[in-house]
Amino acid sequence: MVRRPIDRPFSMDQTPPAPPPAESPASISPLPAVEHQHVRFAEGLELDCGRRLAPVEMAYQTYGRLDDRRANAILVCHALTGDQYVAEQQPITGKPGWWARMVGPGLPIDTDRFFVVCVNVLGGCMGSTGPRSPRPDAAGGEPWGTDFPPITLQDIARAQEKVITHLGIDRLFAVIGGSMGGMQVLAWAALFPRRVFAAVPIATASFHSAQNIAFNEVSRQAIFADPDWNNGRYWTNGRVPARGLAVARMMAHITYLSEEALTRKFGRRTRREATVPAPIGSAAPAQSPLGLFGEMFEVESYLRHQGSSFVRRFDANSYLTVTRAMDYFDLAADHDGDLAAAFRGTPTRFCVISFSSDWLFPTSQSRLIARALNQAAANVSFVEIETDKGHDAFLLDEPALDRTLRGFLQGCAEHAGLAPGVAA
Amino acid sequence: MRLDQRLIAEMIEPGTRVLDIGSGDGSLIEHLFRTRNCDARGIELDMAEVTRSVAHGLPVMHGDADTDLAHYPDCAFDYVVLSRTLQAVERPREVLRQMLRIGSRAVVSFPNFGHWQLRAQLLLGGRMPMTETWGRPWYETPNIHPCTIRDFFVLCRQEGYAVRRWMAIDEKGERAPWRRFPGLANLFGEQAMFLLER
Repeated sequence: MVRRPIDRPFSMDQTPPAPPPAESPASISPLPAVEHQHVRFAEGLELDCGRRLAPVEMAYQTYGRLDDRRANAILVCHALTGDQYVAEQQPITGKPGWWARMVGPGLPIDTDRFFVVCVNVLGGCMGSTGPRSPRPDAAGGEPWGTDFPPITLQDIARAQEKVITHLGIDRLFAVIGGSMGGMQVLAWAALFPRRVFAAVPIATASFHSAQNIAFNEVSRQAIFADPDWNNGRYWTNGRVPARGLAVARMMAHITYLSEEALTRKFGRRTRREATVPAPIGSAAPAQSPLGLFGEMFEVESYLRHQGSSFVRRFDANSYLTVTRAMDYFDLAADHDGDLAAAFRGTPTRFCVISFSSDWLFPTSQSRLIARALNQAAANVSFVEIETDKGHDAFLLDEPALDRTLRGFLQGCAEHAGLAPGVAA
Repeated sequence: MRLDQRLIAEMIEPGTRVLDIGSGDGSLIEHLFRTRNCDARGIELDMAEVTRSVAHGLPVMHGDADTDLAHYPDCAFDYVVLSRTLQAVERPREVLRQMLRIGSRAVVSFPNFGHWQLRAQLLLGGRMPMTETWGRPWYETPNIHPCTIRDFFVLCRQEGYAVRRWMAIDEKGERAPWRRFPGLANLFGEQAMFLLER
């Protein structure tokens, strides 16, 4: 469950800007059609639900160069609302890649040294097969919508595995991801232990907690309650459930921060509004006397911006599909309740990282993973990074995270016999 | 690397699996990996040290000797090392049991509370002793379970551990000449080091 920094109008370390103008209905339209680099698998994929999804198209981006031994590939797994544009301009928003501060030449995930792959998740909306894709059994290119089969994090990992095999990579040097990306890291390590030399699950959990399922449910209900939802067939009336999706995003965004970070950045500061911004996606703003909502707290303005920019780049049905995949995730349950059994005999080297102020995926969850890995006699490093930035810390400027990741990868490269590069 | 760590490293056969409990800045595990080709890992309670070690490329996890050893399987390591930490854990006997459950051999070093200076200070001054090794006043010392070399021999006998090697050393880590005689070592050794087997 991650919000990406690219639609953040400012860094959390700066003063918030003026509130955005209210949306007019015309500006909210279905996602623009953009061609994403992708590969098509005609044979499709057998899903955990028992159905076969075919064909499957997977969109992905790569950075750096695959070495002659094909041994230097790193798979970066994106979070709930992330995408494959890790380290370059996102084509729809025009914003920098969501982990551009981490992935690039000379950065901790050094593209001078490693070949970095990021795949848009199955069920996503940036070019990989998902609820927006035309269903093969319908005429006229009708999209799947809510009929898209339920998927799991393991399905997402298997779909990525097809791309990795397609690229001619047998063993990944590392699989790295935060939040839902971390769940994919765990799924990879459990499904394909021989193909993962090192695994870095960051700010994540081996199962989605009741609290997190509850948050997801509120998000989904907000979408269902939108008059434009149209039972999930919103493309038929040419509108998207923008209000519901924006509320879902606003609510989820609170869970990515911490009380300390909100207080530090916004406190109780207000700005006086000439007009009351209308709800996102509704008609023009109403004139307001100095009444109940004559003033706006800066934190409200910030959240509204988060909501309104999100709906321009994300599909509501994808949000439902992928949040549901997270809810289903419970790695121990797949091994009779024994998480260690998922990793028994694994040759993978793990680095489990959590953040002290993350209350969505708290350190206790990472400790469970680390202990299960101990039980499986795996090689595991485990670090809790002290920060007040909450769950989002993994996307933000956090020097201890950079040092940890860089050092861990350097140590693993030495063990893997990769020639020392610039990062050494 | 501290001299006592160098002595510990000499006890460890090359190419083995080693867990260092209280790995600090990771210098022992790095030494074991680089010079003895060991699969050496660490557990450390101080998060700043953990981050520094991992950022240095060393496999170290945040954890506590008292609670986290229980999560390792039997015989996961050839050696489990606990240097200068036994006297500071909550339940030293349980920690030793865990060490010899998860590893086939245990290397333990601890400061000797039987040293003559400590005895003399308590006997003549009537106050809690303070020396270079035992450098902190009673109200803030983390060393809640001090023991003497003889105490440790007794515990090993009670628990049925075989003492494969032992030595008394001074604060600088030099081997003391009276190491063959437990009574003398207990009087003159500032630190002790034991290699145990089940």
